[in-house]
This record gives sequence, C-alpha cells and structure tokens, in this order.
Amino acid sequence: MAGGDALAILNRLVSFFASVRLTVVVLLSLAVTSIIGTVIPQNEAPEGYVQAFGPRGYRFLEALDLVDMYHAWWFQLLLLLLVVNIVVCSVERLRASWTIIFTRSPRYRLERFRKSAVQTEFKVDAAPEVLRQTVRTVLGKGFKRRATLAGEDGIEGDCAERWRWSRLGVYIVHLSVVMLVAGGMIGGLFGFEGYVNIPEGEATDTISLRDGSGTRQLPFAIRCNDFSLSVYPNGAPKEYRSSISLLRDGQVIEEKEIIVNDPLRFEGINIFQSSYGKLPPPLPAEGAGPPERLAVHVLSNHSGRSYHEEGAIGDQLDLPEGLGTLRLDAYRPDSQFMGQPLGPAVEATLVHPGQAPIKLTLPLRFAAFDRMRRGQVVVAVTSAIPMPERFYTGLQVTRDPGVGTVYVAFAVMIIGCLVTFFMSHQQVCATVRPRGRQGSTVVVYGITNRNKMAMQRQVDLLARRIAAAAGGPDGA
Amino acid sequence: MTSSMLLSVTTFIYGLAAVCYIAGWIFRRPLAARLGIWSVWVAVVGNGVGFTLRWMESYQMGIGHAPLSNLYESLVFFAWTIGISHLVIEYRYHNRVIGAFTLPLAFLAMAYASLSPHISDRIQPLIPALKSNWLIAHVITCFIGYAAFAVGFGLSIMYLLNKLAAAADGESTEQRPADLLVLQLFLVGLGLILFRFILGWSFGVGLGAALLLAGLVDLGGWLLGRHQRVRTELFSRFPEPSLMDLLTHQTVMFGFVFLSAGIITGSIWANSAWGRYWGWDPKETWSLITWFVYATLLHARLMRGWQGRRIAYLSILGFVAVLFTYFGVNLLPGLHSYGAMTEQLR
Ligand code: HEM
Repeated sequence: MAGGDALAILNRLVSFFASVRLTVVVLLSLAVTSIIGTVIPQNEAPEGYVQAFGPRGYRFLEALDLVDMYHAWWFQLLLLLLVVNIVVCSVERLRASWTIIFTRSPRYRLERFRKSAVQTEFKVDAAPEVLRQTVRTVLGKGFKRRATLAGEDGIEGDCAERWRWSRLGVYIVHLSVVMLVAGGMIGGLFGFEGYVNIPEGEATDTISLRDGSGTRQLPFAIRCNDFSLSVYPNGAPKEYRSSISLLRDGQVIEEKEIIVNDPLRFEGINIFQSSYGKLPPPLPAEGAGPPERLAVHVLSNHSGRSYHEEGAIGDQLDLPEGLGTLRLDAYRPDSQFMGQPLGPAVEATLVHPGQAPIKLTLPLRFAAFDRMRRGQVVVAVTSAIPMPERFYTGLQVTRDPGVGTVYVAFAVMIIGCLVTFFMSHQQVCATVRPRGRQGSTVVVYGITNRNKMAMQRQVDLLARRIAAAAGGPDGA
Repeated sequence: MTSSMLLSVTTFIYGLAAVCYIAGWIFRRPLAARLGIWSVWVAVVGNGVGFTLRWMESYQMGIGHAPLSNLYESLVFFAWTIGISHLVIEYRYHNRVIGAFTLPLAFLAMAYASLSPHISDRIQPLIPALKSNWLIAHVITCFIGYAAFAVGFGLSIMYLLNKLAAAADGESTEQRPADLLVLQLFLVGLGLILFRFILGWSFGVGLGAALLLAGLVDLGGWLLGRHQRVRTELFSRFPEPSLMDLLTHQTVMFGFVFLSAGIITGSIWANSAWGRYWGWDPKETWSLITWFVYATLLHARLMRGWQGRRIAYLSILGFVAVLFTYFGVNLLPGLHSYGAMTEQLR
C-alpha cells in the first residue's frame, strides 16, 4: 500500500517536473526577475544604496538579496528548477522516442503516407515498370531507400527517408543548457576573479578578490615592467599595453606584452589589461632634507587668477595683486593635522597688509589643503623639480576551470539549434499506378516530424525530378 | 559621394518603399506595389554600397575597421538586414502586404541613424576594447537575429489586426476586446519611447503625440468596423492566418539561432577583453531576457491553446525586449553602468 502511494507521489512529481507549462512559467519568471537587477545597480558599496534608496530602502533590498540578486538563493533556485525541468522532461521524452530514433527495423505503411497532407500527384507518359526504376534512382539521391510497400489496393510504392537522427536535436539543445549551468557552477566553485594594481617596475603575488571576500595569493608573482598608453589624434585612447613578467623564486617563468583583448594565460590563470592610473609623486626619502626648490602656487579668490613662483626655505615672497607677503619658514617631513598624518609639508607665514600674520601648513601632496581655510588666497606648495610620470597598470586576474565546459556548451547549443530548426526526420514515398495503356500516375507523399512546409517543397522537388527523369510530365 | 550622404538618401528610399507598400496594400494598386519592390532593391543596394564605402573611408583615414562599432553603424546594418530579410520573404512567399509592416521598421532605423541629433555619423577610431574579431561576429549575428525578430514582429501585428477584423466580421467566435486595449497600450508605450527618449521631445509632448498616434489607429479601427467592404478588401490580401502564424514561428526560430550565436560570440569577446564570459551587466542581462522570452515562445507552442494570438503577443513582447536591449539599456539608472575598473577601457 505504502509502496503504491510512494510511487503515485513519484509519478506526480515526475509529471510536474516534466511539464512544458512549468518551463513557460520558469522561463518567464527568469525573464521578469532578471529585470530587477538591471534597474537596481548590483554590488555597489552600501553608501551608494543608502544615498539612492534611504537606509530603510537599503535594508529592504539587502533582506531580499536584491543588491546581488543574480547570486541570491531564490534566483539560483529558479535556475535549478529550470535545469531539473529540462533534465526530467528530456529523459522522459527521450525514453519514449529512443526506440523511434534507434530502431533497427523501422516499419513503414503505405496507408500512413496516404493520409499525409503533404503529397503531390502528376501524370507521366511512361510505363509503370520503367517508372518504378526511375523513382528508385531519384529517391536514392539524398535519401536512404528503405522498403517497397504494398497498399491494400495492390498498388506498390517505394519509400525512403533521411535525417532520422535529427529528432535528437532538441535533446542536444537541452543538454547544452545543462552544460552551461554546470560550467557556470564549476567556475563559481573552483575559480576566482580578482584585480591588482601594480606600479611600473614592481611585482606582487597578492590580488584582491572582486566579490570583496579578501585577497588571494597567486602561485607566482606578477611584475609590471612597463605600462604605456597611446592615443589617437582626437584624444581617444588607442592602446593600453603592459609588459608583464611572471616570477617564481625570483626567476622569470613567463613574459608577455598584454593589451586589451590579448591577455596572458598561464597555468589556468588569466591576466587581463583592465585599467591604469597615474601614481602620486614619490615621497622624499626618509630623513631627506627639504626639496631644494619649491614651487608656490597662489590662487587669488578675489580675481580668480592663479600665480606661480619659485623659492626655497627661508625665502620671503611678495604676493601678487598687493596681497602681502608669504614667508617659507620650515620643512617638516611628517606633519600632522588634527592627529592625521599629512606627510611632508612646508610651514609658512602669510601676512596680508594691515592684518595679523597667519601660520599655514602646506602639505606637498595635497594641493587643495589650504582651501579649507577659506582665506583671501589659496596657497599650495610642490617640489619645483618635475618628477617623471609613473603609471600603475590595473590587471584583472581570473581563474575559471568552467570555461572549457561553457565553450563546449556554446558549440553544442548552436549545433543543436541548427539541427532542430533546419532539419527534420523526412520520410517520402512514391507510388506508381498505370494510366491508360502507356501512361502512369505518380504520387509522391511525405511525412515529417516538423516543418511541413519544407517537406512539401522537398516532395515537389522529388516530383519534378522524377518527371524530368521520365521524359517530362504528361502534356508538358 | 560620401557614405553618410549615400546612406541619408537611402533612408528616403526606404521611406518611399514603405509608403509604396502601404499604398499598394490599402489602395490595391499593382503599380504602387511594383514601385515598392523596385525601391526596396535600390535601398538595399544603396545601403550595402554605403556600408562598403564607409568601410573604405575608414581605411583612407588610417583607422580602418568594419563599420560595426557604434550606434550609427549598427543602425545602418540593422536596416540593411531588415531590407534583405524582406526581400527573402517577398520572393519566397509572394506576398505583397508583409512589406507594409516590415519596411517601416527599416525606414525608422535608418531615419533614427541619419536624422537624430544625438547620433554622430562621424567615423571614429576603435577604442582598445572594440579591437576584436569576436566583436564583428557578435554584431553581425545579433543584428541578423534582430532583423528576423523585427519581421516576426511585423507578422504578429498583422496577425492581431487580422484577428480583430475577423472578430468584427463575426467570423471569429473569440470575442477579444482586450486585443484592442493591448494594442493601444503597446502603441502608447512605443510612441512614448520613440518621441521622448529617441527623438528627445519633452515628456508632455511625447505623451501627447503617442496618444494621438493611438487615437488615429483607434479611429482607423472604428472606421473599418463600420465599413465591411473596405475591411474585406484590406484584409483579403493578408496571408492566411495559419501562414502568418507559421511564418512568425519560423522567423522566431531563425532569430533565436542568431540571437544565441550573438550572445555566445559576445561572451567570448567579453572573456578575451575582461576575463569573464558573463558579468550580469545590464546589456548582457537584457539580451538574456530577450532570449528567455523567445525560448518561452518556442515552448508555449507546445502547450494546448497557445497558438496564434498568444504567440503573436509573445513575439511582440520579445521584440520590445530586443528594442530595450538595443536602446533602452542606456536609459537605465545606475551608479555607473559598467564596473568602475572596466569603465575606463570601454
Ligand atoms: C533555456 C532553456 C531551454 C532552451 C534554450 C530550450 C530550447 C528548445 C528548443 C530550441 C526547442 C525546439 C523548439 C521548436 O521545436 O520550435 C525546444 C523544444 C522542446 N523543449 Fe526546450 N528548451 C529549454 C528548456 C526546456 C525545459 C525546461 C523543458 C522541460 C519541459 C523543455 C521541453 C521541451 C520540449 C518538450 C520540446 C519539444 C520537443 C519536441 O518537439 O519533440 N525545454 N527546446
């Protein structure tokens, strides 16, 4: 009894998961829910969401996983449902059609052909015996001749078929979908996606992971030997190029110049040109004295104009527009502002005519620092000796052992679609019956599992070929 | 003559062809239909020559690349594929009405490319990310797919109109006033997108124009509902409903293969440029949504009751998804639409 119940439940489950109705529901649900992730930006920093949707909105999005919805459990569940649906449905159907596709001795019945809507009849001035031979020759081209059939009325026909295996096309497509999902899972489980910025001339073996889960050590170090960028005359970027060496135990094990669309692939790890940037000017060496010459930039808030002068520690400079004087008092290698380190800075005294002197701290690396003071002028100091520009290259570093599966799935999907959409299992049959003393009437029939129109065209083509081989249709 | 001049002229020839087809259909003038087919040929050839010229011009400028790298160029290619698909169907099925519903799409694509102030027809050098043969394969396959879907869309509209007419004749037992409502909503929506977002009119004017458009169609429908003879004449030259249904299915199948190939080549390109074949960015996701909709259509045909009308709706929905993938993604809000890292290199 209990066994029977279990079986009944199993059957119910199977027919639920095998139904095309479920497919339509799942596919449409996937389509509709996917829209959400294109309207709400994904994987941004929390502050961005709070700003856009408010703190409550953000909590709501967070609770439903809408800030990373394509990896949310419910979206993955939908995908899983699709896969189970495909597998159960395909297995069920394949079990039924297996014997049709792989039969050793297919059966053909003339009556079945006669019932088909796809048929063409024509008359020929040739004796039936001769014509039967012609029919066999014509059907033999492109089709596999199968049998001679006799109808209940004694009329005989020759039948042939082709592309029986194309019934497998749908299963090939479905297999490819399963492979795609499998490949994606393999990549998600065993792969990683990270990035690293490497200054020219430096090397590192640690990358940051894209999903924010920390860092990862590579089995080799990546050294950026050189980064270069070229532009078109109109200023648009033309090429980003990094010369990369991979090092293990201090030895170079691989070298390549990578550009966008031409990555370095080594031992399953791929290194892509992804971004670049300018490095801030290097700090003066520890304990080094002040730069010999300093460039002083003064922006007058009154006129909006800016002025540049040069000087050294101890100098007193006259400010433009009669704004007074600026004395460069001292150099501090590690200055601080409200407990925050500012790096190297120059201390200066600003005297506007008729006002009390103002003490300034001017960090070399933050040119806008003095703007905070909201004074009559904004003063900035930098080293007057120009530094060569230095770049870092931004690399995307990935490993995805699922790519092979995915690419095979791509090929399988296209092949499967082509077979499914443009081929069909076609069976044809031609009967010849005598007409008058010398003539014959030929009927060509076709049966197909899909695309009747293509079948009709094929049947018409065969009819024309038979007629032509027999010396033209009657009266033509 | 430069390619953009030639292509502007081609725009008007597509327009002429569309007008001829519509006139041939409404006024039943064989001359108009014949003029129509000739102008399609001229437009398709002009379109092709313009495409080739543009390709050559880019080489003369020293920045040679296939003209498939920006919105202008893709629209020109899109119009071309629609024109060619039209010719294939015309010669295969010998129907003179279908063009009245598909050629306007080719004209709109070209008009948008040539006339919109937002789209530059300058030949620009390729930025690094676009230098890939996969990109060329990607654009070509996608747009062949889109063209097939566009034709399927035209056929679906025809199918629904025909159904409405049959209902007015009392031939159809299905009474579906909802069809009219759906058609209206669709027209208003499409008109709004066209006027507001593509042509850049203000929201109020855009909505007004869209409502006017829907109203005109309504008026036409009302007039037709009162004049049995006109109705019979108009719809008698439509293909059989079953043929329209079949053709919709076939164009969708054809488009589905090419859309699949387009998504696939796009993934391979993304993998060589950014190290990932799929990143759920809005454009990728919308192409997948489109793919899901058409996969739904293919399967819905297997369910009882999902023939004809509902398939036509799905095909229209699918084409809306195509349009959104193509144009709409740029309208989406976003802190930024591509990852901060990759943004620089796009
Ligand atoms: C994204 C997922 C899927 C894709 C891309 C896909 C693709 C296809 C394609 C291209 C066809 C041929 C359509 C036609 O004949 O016009 C097809 C047919 C079919 N599919 Fe799917 N399919 C998917 C999911 C499913 C699922 C989940 C089921 C489960 C029930 C299913 C069941 C079927 C059936 C029963 C057929 C008809 C087979 C026949 O004609 O004998 N498909 N599918």
